[in-house]
Amino acid sequence: MNCALGMAVTQFPPCFTLNTPKVRLFTVNCQSVSPAASGMSSTGLVEKPWKVSDARLVLEDGSVWRAKSFGASGTQVGEVVFNTSLTGYQEILTDPSYAGQFVLMTNPHIGNTGVNFDDEESKQCFLAGLVIRSLSISTSNWRCTETLGEYLASRNIMGIYDVDTRAITRRLREDGSLIGVLSTEESKTDDELLKVSRTWDIVGVDLISGVTCKAPYEWVDRTGSEWEFNLNGRNEETFQVVAYDFGIKHNILRRLASYGCKITVVPSTWPASETLKMKPDGVLFSNGPGDPSAVPYAVEAVKEIIGKVPVFGICMGHQLLGQALGGKTFKMKFGHHGGNHPVRNIRNGRVEISAQNHNYAVDPESLPEGVEVTHVNLNDGSCAGLAFPQQKLMSLQYHPEASPGPHDSDLVFGEFIELMKQERQRT
Amino acid sequence: MSHSVHQCNNALCKFIQTNRYLPAARPFPLHFQQRRLASKRNGKSIHYSSRPLILNSAKSQNERGDVKNSGNLSNGGAFSTQNLGKRTDIKKILILGAGPIVIGQACEFDYSGTQACKALREEGYEVILINSNPATIMTDPEMADRTYIEPMTPELVEQVLEKERPDALLPTMGGQTALNLAVALAESGALEKYGVELIGAKLDAIKKAEDRDLFKQAMKNIGLKTPPSGIGTTLEECIEIANSIGEFPLIIRPAFTLGGTGGGIAYNREEFEAICKSGLAASVTSQVLVEKSLLGWKEYELEVMRDLADNVVIICSIENIDPMGVHTGDSITVAPAQTLTDKEYQRLRDYSIAIIREIGVECGGSNVQFAVNPEDGEVMVIEMNPRVSRSSALASKATGFPIAKMAAKLSVGYSLDQIPNDITKKTPASFEPSIDYVVTKIPRFAFEKFPGSEPILTTQMKSVGESMAVGRTFQESFQKAVRSLECGYSGWGCAKVKELDWDWEQLKYSLRVPSPDRMHSIYAAMKRGMKVDDIHELSYVDKWFLTQLKELVDVEQYLFAWNLSQLTKDDFWEVKRRGFSDKQIAFATKSTEKEVRSKRLSLGVKPVYKRVDTCAAEFEADTPYMYSSYEFECESAPTNRKKVLILGGGPNRIGQGIEFDYCCCHTSFALQDAGYETIMMNSNPETVSTDYDTSDRLYFEPLTVEDVLNIIDLEGPDGIIVQFGGQTPLKLSLPIQQYLDEWKPKCRSGSGLVRIWGTSPDSIDAAEDRERFNAILTELQIEQPKGGIAKSEKDALAIAADIGYPVVVRPSYVLGGRAMEIVYSDEKLVTYLETAVEVDPERPVLIDKYLSDAIEIDIDALADSHGNVVIGGIMEHIEQAGVHSGDSACMLPTKTVSSSCLETIRSWTTKLAKRLNVCGLMNCQYAITASGDVFLLEANPRASRTVPFVSKAIGHPLAKYAALVMSGKSLHDLQFTKEVIPAHVSVKEAVLPFEKFQGADVLLGPEMRSTGEVMGIHSESSIAFAKAQIAAGQKPPLSGTLFLSLNDLTKPHLASIARAFLGVGFRLIATSGTAHVLELEGLPVERVLKMHEGRPHAGDMIANGQIQMMVVTSSGDQLDQIDGRKLRRMALAYKIPIITTVAGALATAEAIRSLKSSKIEMTALQDYFSSEKATKSTKTLQSVSYT
Repeated sequence: MNCALGMAVTQFPPCFTLNTPKVRLFTVNCQSVSPAASGMSSTGLVEKPWKVSDARLVLEDGSVWRAKSFGASGTQVGEVVFNTSLTGYQEILTDPSYAGQFVLMTNPHIGNTGVNFDDEESKQCFLAGLVIRSLSISTSNWRCTETLGEYLASRNIMGIYDVDTRAITRRLREDGSLIGVLSTEESKTDDELLKVSRTWDIVGVDLISGVTCKAPYEWVDRTGSEWEFNLNGRNEETFQVVAYDFGIKHNILRRLASYGCKITVVPSTWPASETLKMKPDGVLFSNGPGDPSAVPYAVEAVKEIIGKVPVFGICMGHQLLGQALGGKTFKMKFGHHGGNHPVRNIRNGRVEISAQNHNYAVDPESLPEGVEVTHVNLNDGSCAGLAFPQQKLMSLQYHPEASPGPHDSDLVFGEFIELMKQERQRT
Repeated sequence: MSHSVHQCNNALCKFIQTNRYLPAARPFPLHFQQRRLASKRNGKSIHYSSRPLILNSAKSQNERGDVKNSGNLSNGGAFSTQNLGKRTDIKKILILGAGPIVIGQACEFDYSGTQACKALREEGYEVILINSNPATIMTDPEMADRTYIEPMTPELVEQVLEKERPDALLPTMGGQTALNLAVALAESGALEKYGVELIGAKLDAIKKAEDRDLFKQAMKNIGLKTPPSGIGTTLEECIEIANSIGEFPLIIRPAFTLGGTGGGIAYNREEFEAICKSGLAASVTSQVLVEKSLLGWKEYELEVMRDLADNVVIICSIENIDPMGVHTGDSITVAPAQTLTDKEYQRLRDYSIAIIREIGVECGGSNVQFAVNPEDGEVMVIEMNPRVSRSSALASKATGFPIAKMAAKLSVGYSLDQIPNDITKKTPASFEPSIDYVVTKIPRFAFEKFPGSEPILTTQMKSVGESMAVGRTFQESFQKAVRSLECGYSGWGCAKVKELDWDWEQLKYSLRVPSPDRMHSIYAAMKRGMKVDDIHELSYVDKWFLTQLKELVDVEQYLFAWNLSQLTKDDFWEVKRRGFSDKQIAFATKSTEKEVRSKRLSLGVKPVYKRVDTCAAEFEADTPYMYSSYEFECESAPTNRKKVLILGGGPNRIGQGIEFDYCCCHTSFALQDAGYETIMMNSNPETVSTDYDTSDRLYFEPLTVEDVLNIIDLEGPDGIIVQFGGQTPLKLSLPIQQYLDEWKPKCRSGSGLVRIWGTSPDSIDAAEDRERFNAILTELQIEQPKGGIAKSEKDALAIAADIGYPVVVRPSYVLGGRAMEIVYSDEKLVTYLETAVEVDPERPVLIDKYLSDAIEIDIDALADSHGNVVIGGIMEHIEQAGVHSGDSACMLPTKTVSSSCLETIRSWTTKLAKRLNVCGLMNCQYAITASGDVFLLEANPRASRTVPFVSKAIGHPLAKYAALVMSGKSLHDLQFTKEVIPAHVSVKEAVLPFEKFQGADVLLGPEMRSTGEVMGIHSESSIAFAKAQIAAGQKPPLSGTLFLSLNDLTKPHLASIARAFLGVGFRLIATSGTAHVLELEGLPVERVLKMHEGRPHAGDMIANGQIQMMVVTSSGDQLDQIDGRKLRRMALAYKIPIITTVAGALATAEAIRSLKSSKIEMTALQDYFSSEKATKSTKTLQSVSYT
């Protein structure tokens, strides 16, 4: 505990020892409420045309942010991360990788396009809550079927708006990710909430078990023709792929299907031996929430599979591959969350603009001989992709499936197909 | 290691040290560092390694001990054979500017050209610049190695190529002018002849993007839809296309024009034919596109950048609030796009990338426009500009990403990842900016200046300027943008708008038909209870924006229900967060702005300032580029240095444009050099002043009392400079002074109180206030034309009777001669008082004797606080007094003015400057009558429109001197103690936008209507004048037929004009009256019928190309209204030079004579001044010889 003191720590040293990590504490008391507009006060001649503050966000650095609530009400604890994507809040809400986190959108206007059926990335919202600057008072989009407020309320997710999201973002940038507590309960004091925030930690928590599917299932849907953007280099051949669901985004599956894969999605705890029995052409390790070190069983499964069939890791999958190869992962200061990160594809020299969402990274220094760093994040030089040709292994730290985000890295799915094709030809 | 904060800190430290991609302790710049080294290493050798640099980098990483790249480089090897990184095979680059400011091409190209010059010189290239516009920063002699303020015709630019022998030509920074010029030079073979390479955009790419047919084909190739359309080169073809599309409305777009000149929307056949005709005439290639109208579709723009390594990024998405049908330059636009989901946005992104690749724009910025059907999301591509555009200037200012600078660097071989992001410094430029605020741009129009033209917005751009505002929400930025416009509104709503009194039919019409005031119609409709859905049905404005606006009306309603004293802190907070100004709150609560301010401050409701950082706060910003908002945290971090706040000019308008921005920038440069921190405040996205690296700090804010006082409170500057931004800051000077007197705020630097620098607001007021001014002139015995101040109609008629007609009438406090008129009778005077005076009801009307046939003189003088006055320059107007000085051509030094008159002018100016205690610049206008009497017409103790012109003509930066003088330096300190009378002659000519305003007359008058200016320099005055004419697009023909039609007032000069033109070999034709006079003089003339007299008439001759030039004057009588105006419009349509003044005609004849006898030579500005630069130019010549 004698390592460098962060700002947050120096401000509140007394509470620091109360920290009891690895406890997943959810004090959720959620119930559906009517949308934001109902909060008008009815005193006076004219009703205030705005809602009055009814929620607080208390961060572990001791700051308390007054806000207005929407979606569910209650009290919720989680890690606050910011996302700089300008579009795609619905995809972010349904990305299981955000389990246990409050997502703060830096784009001030959220909810403008409502929500629709097509843009779901999973069956549920797993995130702890949404923090935004301005909740749209109306929606405008031909695909919209529901407002964001209604959607979050029905899914029991808390949201707050009218907070200085930029100020919080700057704190996160300076201090790293912070634990926060969101509450609409007036009865709880700031100190109580602060205490909750300081007794909760996301490091080492197995969040994957909460988001993975319960049983294997087949996936066949391709990217809808209306949204298909890459019709080149399609294969006639079909490849059987087993996808480990650590919180998989549907678009990974859609992209694989578009490239000609038949996919079986399996739960995170699916034994490697079972996978190999299915004789797949390739195995995909998906994205997922939290700390890769918290799921040693997954690392074991990965270890058993690599070298036997072509494998492809995305995000959490990449970190698991890194660990399985003997490398180390570590928690980054505030991670990468956004749709604008430049990544150099070292193999062809191109810069790809990428969608990123991770708090942990693989330390390339710790990887064994023969493992090649194929992609580098140009903003901070961190490792964004690996390959180990001898082991028929490739992985990306970020999200080639986009959704939300740019499609620049889509071709990597083609490379995975190529890897499987080569393997097929060899055997 | 249980606490996350600890862990991550540690991890990051370790991470940075161990990352092999980064040199220790420098978080990012390895790639460009390496690249820079590489280019230096290669700097001397001409043969650059053919190995792709990417591989070089991979290799050098290997050399550093990285072994993990060895795996699979085979892909990389096949990737490219291009050299990436700075090119060393080119040394000298020619940049084409955009020429004069016209509608559709404004000072955004000064901004882009300036950035390009800076960027390329920073890289060590020799830069040659051609631009005929003297009011630009880029034509400052120190911006380029060689600066040609010369006409931009292909022939003359070719001369420059021959003389300078540049290695490359960069055509993408100067708008459509530069692009068209580059195409002409490429096609004529000039580029090949002199071995000049086009960089930035190749000929093929330019043609593919600009040629409608090729563009449609290119879009088809990549599977993208364009609106059903066809290309016609004749009217018949156009009609055929219209028939095949089958329904109106149709859009007509001419090829190769700027701002959609000559285009429009046709709702019926008659309109269709008329627009096609003007479109065919406007197009360089006589090509128009007839297109199905996508009226009501949503319109989006994406700014794309690509480098030579084929990396593509999107800088910004822009959504137009005005849907399809209104030119994007005339639309209210918002960034980022607000109503697209990620799938839809990514689809547009993919399309944009595919388009820039298909068109083949190798590197640099482009702008792609899309239409999206709001019903089902169908996307169509509208157009793409393969160059830096007005939208890219907006996108640059909106995101902080300097598109033009990057485009310049990319054009010389850099790739995006080799250039650091200017704002963060730590991350590379190859990323896509993320923004955490909303930007709104609102165009500003000048229809009131062009009577006869209808204020309707179509696909042809008509706006003359724009304001941009940044806020955390749409509401905030929209309100700020409205009050930045300075059109008399302090925000949206909370005001008496005229539309509130309209009947429903009129209101509905104004919602349906886009006009500059449509947003106020929306307000009136909402206020009167019309539903958002219904407004959407009529206007097609997206409901998302309408509901946002509706909420503002609700808040206004709430405010109306309370008194100021009842408003709580919470109320203030919520209202201010929605962008309402103090003035609006005052209107709603029936109090004063001052009361609102003190109440607000007493409640502790103050704005904070957030930074524009390209990355939504993800990384630290290096550049203080800020906007206000009502939020929790303020990031401004003002310093305690000695500093100056410079107030800019706000949106461009006729009469207040780039010249004032030039002055503001110079002030900033000069004071920075003098050791001050400079703080710029402005709201105009097109300008150099709003570039984040022009001043030490930039506040992108409306220029209103409230916003300026907020910044004064925050920054505590030593000085505030109001003299350089035109009327906008001058209007603020009195209230600012009152505030300073009342509150006595202290400077942060600790050197006393905040002060307004330069001439005191009181002196400024003394010069503007007619009564005070008259008293001063009497005291100094300075003559002025007889006149008086009328506060009623009776007064006015009495004064007119006393001094005699014609009289000049105008409201006091005018800008650009707004509402100024020359009146010849009582009847007209009454009409004027009834229609025009409402312009400013608080101020009386000024009535002065109009001096017929007088010569007008403009003078700029500089005075210091020690009482020294130096004349900057005396300009003689070529047009007679009565034509607004901004519209008149002028000459420096004077040519026909006697030395005694000049002495009078000098002594009066000096006297007046001393009497008014001018500190800084002063501009005066004089009239000299035929008898040699001198009268002072006007005096303005501030920077004038002519400052940049004079500075360039005499080779001294007057605005910089003025800034230093205001900081306390004396003219002796600056070693500027004597009037400079150059040996060469400089002519300034105005450029007028008549072709954009159908139905407006082209005559010059006391109301200023020019949008820009050009300069011609030569040792001989007639050639200088000819150069200015050519640069202004009025190339005088050297022979042919001259059509003469003079009114009675100017008939006495008819013979001399006729003789002058006969002398240079012209044939004369004239209508009966004029011809009769000439015949009496015994001059050969052919008669032609007036238009109402039957056919064939003068109009037919114009149409048949039988007339090469016209001299037409007008007194505005009834007959002329019908005939003359039509003729003048025709001349405009057929691009026949038309001269409307006697002096102009005589000067033109002389210019033609000179042009016939001698060739126009192109001379760089640097060659006109000082011998030390002469050595430099010989050096230049030596380095040329090896190519």
